[in-house]
Amino acid sequence: MNKLTVVLGAVVLLGAGFFVGKAGKDEPTVIKVGSAPAGEFKSEASGEVAAKSTLGERPLPANVVIVKDGESIQDAVRTAEPGTTIKVMPGTYKETIYIDKDDIALSGVIDKGAYPILEGEGLRNDAILYSGNNVTVENFWITHYKGNGIMGQAGNNFVIRNNVVVDTGIYGIFPQLGKNGLVSHNIISGIEDAAIYVGMSDNIDVVYNEVYGSVAGIEIENSRHALVEANYVYDNTGGILAFITPGLPIKTCSDVIFRNNFIVNNNHENFAIPGSLVSNIPQGVGMIIMACDDVVVEGNIISGNDTMGIAITDFSLASNAANDPDSEPNPNRPVILNNIMLNNGNNPVAEVRAILATMMETTGPDIIDTVGMDDGCILNPERFRTIGLGKYSDCDYATTSTVATYTMAEPVPPRSMEDLDQGELAYHGICAGCHAYNSRMIGPPTQILQALYMDNPEGIAEYIANPVKKRPDYPEMPPQNYLDEETRLAVAKYMLSVKK
Amino acid sequence: MMRRYSLSIVCGLAWLWSCHAVSAPNMGDVVSDAAFELATDCPPGFALNTGQCELRSLYQLYASLQDGGVGGLKTGLPTYRDGFTPQEIDLGRYLFFDPLLSADNTISCATCHQPDKGFADGLGRSVGMGGAELPRSAPSLWNVAFQDSFFWDARAKTLEEQMQGPLYDAHEMGGDPVSLLSKLNASEPYRQLFAQTWPQSYEAGEDIQLDHIYRALAAFQASLVSLNSRYDQYAHGFADALNEQEKEGMNIFRSFVARCAECHTPPLFTNRQLAVIGTPEPDGMPFDPGAGPVLGEDSLRGAFKIPSLRNIDQTAPYMHSGRFETLRDAAEFYNLGRGHAVPEGEELKIHWHVWEPNLTDYEIDRLVDFMKTLTDESFKPKTPQRLPSGLPLAHDKTLATARATTTGDN
Repeated sequence: MNKLTVVLGAVVLLGAGFFVGKAGKDEPTVIKVGSAPAGEFKSEASGEVAAKSTLGERPLPANVVIVKDGESIQDAVRTAEPGTTIKVMPGTYKETIYIDKDDIALSGVIDKGAYPILEGEGLRNDAILYSGNNVTVENFWITHYKGNGIMGQAGNNFVIRNNVVVDTGIYGIFPQLGKNGLVSHNIISGIEDAAIYVGMSDNIDVVYNEVYGSVAGIEIENSRHALVEANYVYDNTGGILAFITPGLPIKTCSDVIFRNNFIVNNNHENFAIPGSLVSNIPQGVGMIIMACDDVVVEGNIISGNDTMGIAITDFSLASNAANDPDSEPNPNRPVILNNIMLNNGNNPVAEVRAILATMMETTGPDIIDTVGMDDGCILNPERFRTIGLGKYSDCDYATTSTVATYTMAEPVPPRSMEDLDQGELAYHGICAGCHAYNSRMIGPPTQILQALYMDNPEGIAEYIANPVKKRPDYPEMPPQNYLDEETRLAVAKYMLSVKK
Repeated sequence: MMRRYSLSIVCGLAWLWSCHAVSAPNMGDVVSDAAFELATDCPPGFALNTGQCELRSLYQLYASLQDGGVGGLKTGLPTYRDGFTPQEIDLGRYLFFDPLLSADNTISCATCHQPDKGFADGLGRSVGMGGAELPRSAPSLWNVAFQDSFFWDARAKTLEEQMQGPLYDAHEMGGDPVSLLSKLNASEPYRQLFAQTWPQSYEAGEDIQLDHIYRALAAFQASLVSLNSRYDQYAHGFADALNEQEKEGMNIFRSFVARCAECHTPPLFTNRQLAVIGTPEPDGMPFDPGAGPVLGEDSLRGAFKIPSLRNIDQTAPYMHSGRFETLRDAAEFYNLGRGHAVPEGEELKIHWHVWEPNLTDYEIDRLVDFMKTLTDESFKPKTPQRLPSGLPLAHDKTLATARATTTGDN
């Protein structure tokens, strides 16, 4: 039925045969007092992350535009200059909004509980797409879209907060390929894949969200430096995931902290789209770590997840996806610090139950490592029912509290331009298609233009924005007004300086 | 309207005109018996820096996550090949167009990678020695500098490795290293051109080296850069570069319903990965297992490299064996159901993004509109007017002959 479960089961069985003997159920419980490990957690990102999260305190841009019910939000985005806050009044807005510029805040106005509602009517694809940097999206009620609620493609320094996303397609909130972002205080339910999905991103905090009634609650995939803290995750098929998905262009996942979350009663029937990776998730799993490295699990309450509490595994979970020889499949160095685990595994899915039966067990484990990693660690393992953790050692630190956030001390700047001249890039990257230095191509040689304009780069900058036909023996130059003013002047200056 | 379309059209027309009517200095292709002179300037898109041609693009203003070269609009490029000399690139151009490189002097690289056909050949499956139809289509060479694997099944890791496939395959160009070297060494113009390109290596009239042939061809191919489409103008911040229907198409393209951008990811419109999507072969052709056997990885059975969509409008028909005649057919494939075309008995691990998006006809039309905005041939290189071997250009003629042959067979 469910391939994943079967495979997982088989691996569990193997693991059990191998490790249960060593787990040594009959050993007496060791009483330790005052022996908490004294080491300090050190993240590989510690140099660049903030001592305390400030992204959420970023002021909204000062230039304010107001959109009222009956008007179009996209019209406001279209005319907004970078550095604009678009306040959206309560009402119903039936559109897809896309933000392809920087420094835009899309900010709903909530009036006595009335939200601005983005209504997809089951017809529209995504509610909000953004690709710009420094984008904020807050205070919206998003429902009935077919794709995603809020989707980011490569925008850095984003803030997505205080949104309600209900019954909306594939992902509720999906920042992808971005660096430095905050996803907080959102309430998301009824999602066919992950309610919150951080894909191929770096330095992301996912904090204080409520996610329920979805196939996956929160998924961190092929990402580095992610803090998932203080979220309330319940009634999903699987609660919180850290995955490497094979076959993606960014191939690693590491340095993820799952801390102080409530991961409770995630027993929802799996209603994922057939063929999707999350269609493999067995109903009733609190947390899954698949192939992701250096995941630290600390201070969570993981209870009432009917199949198992935490599963640590490799690509055998993703049995319906093609393998990727360039992706490393093992969940290296898992760290399980102190967590509260209660009532997990009370009603495992049939396949897991059948396998447990062969081990004379009826209850699913609190923690299982289907690979049998030998570089993991766990504190107070005697408190939990575990499978496959026989090679785990004691952790040498007890808390990750030195990491308050994985967002960055400073926003990601535009690319460092120290050795790049915008004018040079545009001249060789665009103009050179028609202008060579001293020979005729499609347009006149640069040398001739230099003689003409000499000390007047402004003249070139002005002309190329709106050229008129000047030379009977040359085709009319197409306008270069797609280059902004700064670039046009830079390229004009560079053109006058070219010597060859 | 004029403004929107003018760049590519004007450049395209003007290019032809300048190509035939004007002889550019430094390019060595003036029709005469004069000795060949290689370019001392870099082709457009490159700046000469200490003797080497370095790529220049506005995309270098942007970063990309983990330097992966995948993202959204203002996302930097992935790692790429550049740093060749103007002479290496120009020598590569002559070699590329010269049918001397095939066993019987009838096929050049340009036969299957024609500049006027998006550096593909307009055929579903390419035609090799003796008019024989090959199993796969010729991929476009635009932007190969940014690729990190080659062939549909990703079996080569460098351009130099890749080119030895067609050069020496009995069904393609049919040559071998020994005869290739002896033919080039027998050509005085080529001996001179290799000496112009690498003076130190050939100062005493040494024989041409195989690695230099490969390097020159790689240099030319890596100069085929297309990053100035109307889409790029939009990406750099000019909102009016695309019309409303094209913007609609762009939003469908990157939406999580169509999911095109998840694999055809900007800025190159490929994420350079393999994917199993389960397209059908042309009628009568057996199932092609793609990368599976090459990589010894059963789960990649039927996997092919995700092609870039840049200049995709120039390279019909589509997919690895050219089953789809139009961009619309290719787009519609993804709408017809996950695995709908997988032959009976094949168990393929179809990529998870291939699903049933239920796009409307209107939406599919807009996707096609958007894909057509990815066209930019402003840096199309000149076809040489004459070749160092003295042979006539072969690529157009070969195509005509091949077509006649295959039609005759049918």
